[in-house]
Amino acid sequence: MSEKKIIDARGSFCPGPLMELIAGIKMVEIGDEIEVLSTDKGSAAEIPQWLKKVGHEHLGSREEAGVWHVNLKRSK
Amino acid sequence: MELNKISVVVLSDKREQLQMAAMIASVGAVSGNEVLVFLSMNALRYFVKGADEKAPCEGPVGELMEQKNVPPFKILFEQAVTLGDAKIHPCSMAMDVLGIEQGGLEGYIGEPMGLTMFLDECKGGQVWSF
Repeated sequence: MSEKKIIDARGSFCPGPLMELIAGIKMVEIGDEIEVLSTDKGSAAEIPQWLKKVGHEHLGSREEAGVWHVNLKRSK
Repeated sequence: MELNKISVVVLSDKREQLQMAAMIASVGAVSGNEVLVFLSMNALRYFVKGADEKAPCEGPVGELMEQKNVPPFKILFEQAVTLGDAKIHPCSMAMDVLGIEQGGLEGYIGEPMGLTMFLDECKGGQVWSF
């Protein structure tokens, strides 16, 4: 497993952060972790739903100073 | 994961309509759905190779989208294809009316499609029109 990949999608609106995640998830190995940074509240809610639908693991989300940190693991 | 068929008919030349169509196509495609986009009428001209005409806004949300960092609709349609394997086809009638030659559209757009084939392809799935 390699170091956690950070996808900085701050400033982008829906579905920008999700699309950046999808481009990024193709670049990591199965089992690798990713953290998405987003200032878009809608995307912070949308990304975990997408993860559930397609079968990747949502490790948790937190908000700090207006930035959502969505953590996940590529599962397939 | 349940696989659905989603067809998106895009006719409008307005920013908000094009944006919503692109959002449904891109998110639908990257969520494992089979997405087909049919471009016709006033929407098609934006997809001519190298076209940089700005789509007019219908209202204040369109104007706000212009000011904020909302992904452009053409980028989202392209991502629907490159990241989600969506198929985007121009209407063969609109191609003829506008005098657009084969190969005159952006590279991620497929071959012209007629209504007979489109209606057959979208059978049994969701159909969205913008």
